[in-house]
Amino acid sequence: MRHEVRLRVGPVTFRVGSAWRGPVRALRRLYEGYPEAGDVADYTVRLEPAKPWRRWLRPSVRIEGDYVLPDAAPLPLAHGLVAAEMAMNLQMALGERRFLLLHAASVEKDGRALIITGESGAGKSTLSAMLGERGWRFMGDEFALLDPDSGMLHPFPRPISLKNEAIAAMEAEVAPERFGPVMENTPKGRIRHMRPRAEALARMSEQARPAMVLFPRFGFAREVRPVGPAEAFMRLTQASTNYVAMAARGFDALTGLVQTCPGVAIDYPDAATAFELIETLWAEAGR
Amino acid sequence: MGQAMTGPLYIADTADARSLMLEGLTLLFHPASGMTHILAPPSPEILAALAEPGNAEAVLARLSTQFDFAPGEGAEALEARLAELESSGLVRRA
Repeated sequence: MRHEVRLRVGPVTFRVGSAWRGPVRALRRLYEGYPEAGDVADYTVRLEPAKPWRRWLRPSVRIEGDYVLPDAAPLPLAHGLVAAEMAMNLQMALGERRFLLLHAASVEKDGRALIITGESGAGKSTLSAMLGERGWRFMGDEFALLDPDSGMLHPFPRPISLKNEAIAAMEAEVAPERFGPVMENTPKGRIRHMRPRAEALARMSEQARPAMVLFPRFGFAREVRPVGPAEAFMRLTQASTNYVAMAARGFDALTGLVQTCPGVAIDYPDAATAFELIETLWAEAGR
Repeated sequence: MGQAMTGPLYIADTADARSLMLEGLTLLFHPASGMTHILAPPSPEILAALAEPGNAEAVLARLSTQFDFAPGEGAEALEARLAELESSGLVRRA
């Protein structure tokens, strides 16, 4: 690989290589302050020209790695960070066996973790980014790693992938040096990455016990509804990328989680309402 | 009882399964297929009744020690549940 960067995020190590200097340099800048991984990485991601000659002519990135998605769409080189992120997601989603992977954000306070799950657009990144600036420790915006043996949640504090309106909201309260480049017209719209606070990186090896699972829905009037353990189980099996591959360990991990953690669904019309709801629910749960 | 036993013999394939009841639903992990099933009554009770081989009639008799059926009631529903459980792999022909 011509250009390469090795990174550790929580318990996971990545090696990202590219035929181009640009994406690797952008990754180095964005991941400033992350520990460097050793020689053996858990996942290898390669960003290579879709056709050899395209390295010079209209460059476009093809994603490759230990697991290859055959129809992974080529992305313009300007979207190299998005391509790297998608490839890292794919590698983990398909390959991870140490942890039950939940498609969820997570934040921690007082040693207890809040898991925020939901489909794209539910507000995982927006809410975890906001909470991470307001007294919570950011643990991840994409994957929550549940340890099947201990029931503990491992941080996976990658740079937060802010989309569309969430970008301006965070730019208003976070220093500019923590942001990556703005990428327009990606498959997920406009994207700008934001590096978590230094504290979240310094504590990336510090696990937390899950205390609540939140199922947010954005764009609806304020509403709160408890989610019973059976419903939480069903929704979390769907939110997990490797539940089936984890077999009995996945079943035990997830049934353990839903029996010990209350589930709450919230509808919210704006981030301020969500913040107020989460703080209230958290305070009530802690009593 | 006392009638001739007819129909296929079934047995539950859940000896190594893990299960847990939550909110009246039974979550069951079936190692042979790697699938997780979410079962509503009476399916878990049927599986329990099929720990030993039995035909539909025998299952009905076993269930009637726990549940109150009117005479002639339940047979049709039981056939339907048995067919579902068989297609899901949780019950097989003995």
